[in-house]
Amino acid sequence: MAATPLQRFEDLLGALRDARRTDEQFTLGYSAEQSQFIRFNHARVRQAGSVSQASALLRLVSEGRQAELQFTLGDDPQVDRERLNQALAQLRQTLPLLAADPYLQLDESAWQSRNLLQQPLPDCRQVLAQVQQGAGELDLVGIYAAGPICRGFASSFGAFGWHQANSFNFDWSLFHANGQAVKANYAGQSWSSEAFAARLRQAREQLDYLGRPLRVLNPGRYRAYLAPAALEEITGLLCWGGFSAQSLATGDSPLQRLYSGDAQLSPLLNIDEQVSGSLSPAFSDEGSPRNDLRLIGAGRPLERLASARSAAEFKLQANGADSHESPSALSLGAGDLASGDVLARLGTGLYISNLWYLNYSDLPAARMTGLTRFATFWVEDGQIQAPVSTMRFDDSLYSLLGSQLEALTQERELMLSTSTYGQRQTGSSHLPGALVRGLMLTL
Amino acid sequence: MFDSSALLRQRFAGLRSTADVFSLRHVQQSLQSLSVRRNVAEPPFFSQDQGAMLTVRIQGVEAYAATADLSLAGLQRALEQAEAMARQIAHLALLDLRAQPVACERHDYCSPNLDQPLPPLADCLALLAAESASVPRDRRLVNWQASLGISQVEQVYLNSVGAELRHAQRFLFPGFSVTASDGQDSQSRSLGRENFGQQGGLEVVERCGLVGGGARVADEALQLLLAPNTPSGVRDLLLMPDQMMLQIHESIGHPLEMDRILGDERNYAGTSFVQASDFGQLRYGSKLLNVTFDPSIPEELASYSHDDDGTPARKQFLIRDGLLLRPLGGALSQYRSGLEGVANSRACGWNRAPIDRMANLNIEPGDQSLDQLVGGIEHGILMRTNRSWSIDDARNKFQFGCEWGQLIENGELKGVVKNPNYRGISSGFWRNLSAVGDRSTHQVLGTPNCGKGEPNQVVRVGHASPACVFSQIDVFGGDA
Repeated sequence: MAATPLQRFEDLLGALRDARRTDEQFTLGYSAEQSQFIRFNHARVRQAGSVSQASALLRLVSEGRQAELQFTLGDDPQVDRERLNQALAQLRQTLPLLAADPYLQLDESAWQSRNLLQQPLPDCRQVLAQVQQGAGELDLVGIYAAGPICRGFASSFGAFGWHQANSFNFDWSLFHANGQAVKANYAGQSWSSEAFAARLRQAREQLDYLGRPLRVLNPGRYRAYLAPAALEEITGLLCWGGFSAQSLATGDSPLQRLYSGDAQLSPLLNIDEQVSGSLSPAFSDEGSPRNDLRLIGAGRPLERLASARSAAEFKLQANGADSHESPSALSLGAGDLASGDVLARLGTGLYISNLWYLNYSDLPAARMTGLTRFATFWVEDGQIQAPVSTMRFDDSLYSLLGSQLEALTQERELMLSTSTYGQRQTGSSHLPGALVRGLMLTL
Repeated sequence: MFDSSALLRQRFAGLRSTADVFSLRHVQQSLQSLSVRRNVAEPPFFSQDQGAMLTVRIQGVEAYAATADLSLAGLQRALEQAEAMARQIAHLALLDLRAQPVACERHDYCSPNLDQPLPPLADCLALLAAESASVPRDRRLVNWQASLGISQVEQVYLNSVGAELRHAQRFLFPGFSVTASDGQDSQSRSLGRENFGQQGGLEVVERCGLVGGGARVADEALQLLLAPNTPSGVRDLLLMPDQMMLQIHESIGHPLEMDRILGDERNYAGTSFVQASDFGQLRYGSKLLNVTFDPSIPEELASYSHDDDGTPARKQFLIRDGLLLRPLGGALSQYRSGLEGVANSRACGWNRAPIDRMANLNIEPGDQSLDQLVGGIEHGILMRTNRSWSIDDARNKFQFGCEWGQLIENGELKGVVKNPNYRGISSGFWRNLSAVGDRSTHQVLGTPNCGKGEPNQVVRVGHASPACVFSQIDVFGGDA
């Protein structure tokens, strides 16, 4: 019987412990997945295949010096041990060439964490049959990704973490013949044919609105509702350095004026890094247990994400952040607006389902730009009137989620990352929708 | 070089398949990433990665399986997984590829100066430390970083009709950046990094300007911190090559990708304002616009002899004298669309399947020196070094920002301005191209970070361009 990923990791760890010299410390990260990827275009399969991959990230520390090497594992214990030994040899050659690292800080606790979620996944034939049945005559385009994901961590101090979960993520769009589209997603750990059919049905219903004549807007300030998926684009951009201790200390954070007390966000705004209960591992890539953190409370800055290295450099307390200091389980607190009342409360303005391609016009001012994408509607007197042509916004976060934020919805959506750069990601965000008094459209 | 070829060839010969055609693409990549930030060396990062993708075609249906198990049994297992997948999806397959030709060439390709060793790690770190130390002591200089990434890639493509294509390439990515802050505002200035990379050896570091560049970059960051905001209004816009590359990438490269036009990317990267019927018809830009797919500039990031499907690569005009001629479409897209394309079917590694990507996408030089370009502008602005990019999913409405701006009045460069941004619409923007710089303004640049595809892929792309002038563009600054 083939070894399980956990057994492979433990085998590698055992070999590393045996090879360790007395003056050496190590951390060993592990990442693996077995994935099926099926791309769809016009509700048919455009490209399909499977990927089986595993890699280890070895950090070797000796006499205050450190270096890291990531290597692919070959699914053969002997090959993997050879690669481990080669990695060790390269790192041992490297360390004497380095100066002592003044910001080296190791977590020396022997923490333990194990999390296995192994619900069975659907057979891909079942998924294909459902797509054929539910979307056969529609123009569906997107990707189905599924399979087990594993993350491991161990250190020479005795820390050990293991996270393994079966999951699927079906991310798709339905296109109207006029080029307008609605986006939908069904992701989780336990496939339900009924739930998938319901998501597909909801998306189909929105297609009807997209068939109406397109409304072309002029630049200007508009009242707008940002659905959770649209808000996710804004929070996603913020996650790039926004809460990072290093970025905040070195002028590279879009939230530096908030954290310095020179700007404020709406008192309606509460943002947490909510690791517990999320699909993300309970330990960081640096090997520290990750904590739930309140980053923004009632619009005011609270915690920042501090990795061990930043903590040493900027004399802060490390709080389990990953080395890149980005939230991976961001949670924005709910408000008091019932989702069923959104259109009525919006009155006249824009209902924005998704935003796209955000970036900064002026980073220190948290001024960002981006575009509407997928189902965006013009609403009058609480009734959807027409889809809206693609529009660009350019506005400050301190306006959108500050002075202009009117309400957040009671209901929130849990959105699992669809990112597959390098490997399937485990990040998530839990967000409400946001009603804003004014959103500046520029093009 | 190609140390694994003989063994791969032997194992490939040992594979058994019922597929009509099958192939193996083995990729071995190593990376060394060095950085010195605020005069402290960051821990060096290395990676060693290798694996193979097996692709089968059964009665016109293709599927793949990627594995890091390179034993004969592991490769055979992956081949059978791909076969099983091809059979599972056959009834729903979008494409019938029975009539699509299969690559059959044999060729080796190497980066320039690949045989020249690079300096040892300690010397590379010393170079970065020296540049870092050249940043003057000034409390407003809050962050600075010198970096060098070196990536080596060997790829072997074998298929059941006898093709054997081998690439051995080395890529260097030097960089330097400085951030100046007064507590309220921050301004960054950089060289290299995401805007520069080339194939080759140590000469790439020299061409980047990293050596001796640190003090200048720091000075320019401080100048920006003190500079006024870019004024809003319509001006002529002089883009230097390190912003032209982004402009080309986003508003010519992506819209011309044939898989976008065919709809594959509509759920993620997006579609295109260009239609299949536009090729040979659409006036994309002014008569000064000449755009080439050019894999023959040795140092450019995406120079190669064959793409990852085995199609031979050669220079082609995509746009000539402003007229749109052909898409960025590899063999599969050409088969699907009936249009002539280029050899741009590319994958980021062994675990992702090839799709239409940009490779080297360049603008051909014109006939004006930089002095002539500036001298021809009455009311304008020069911008250099991209820092912000945003464009709609059809690659039409864009807004881009640069690190460095300098006003131009009556044919002369004037003061520095910060937060230079501009916006426009691709379909009209290139028709405002009013002057193209000559060889003296031309630079071979590129980026390691072009993202696209489901599942997602990041690839290296090259862009060579002269400085260019666009008339009457909407320009604006930041908030402070």
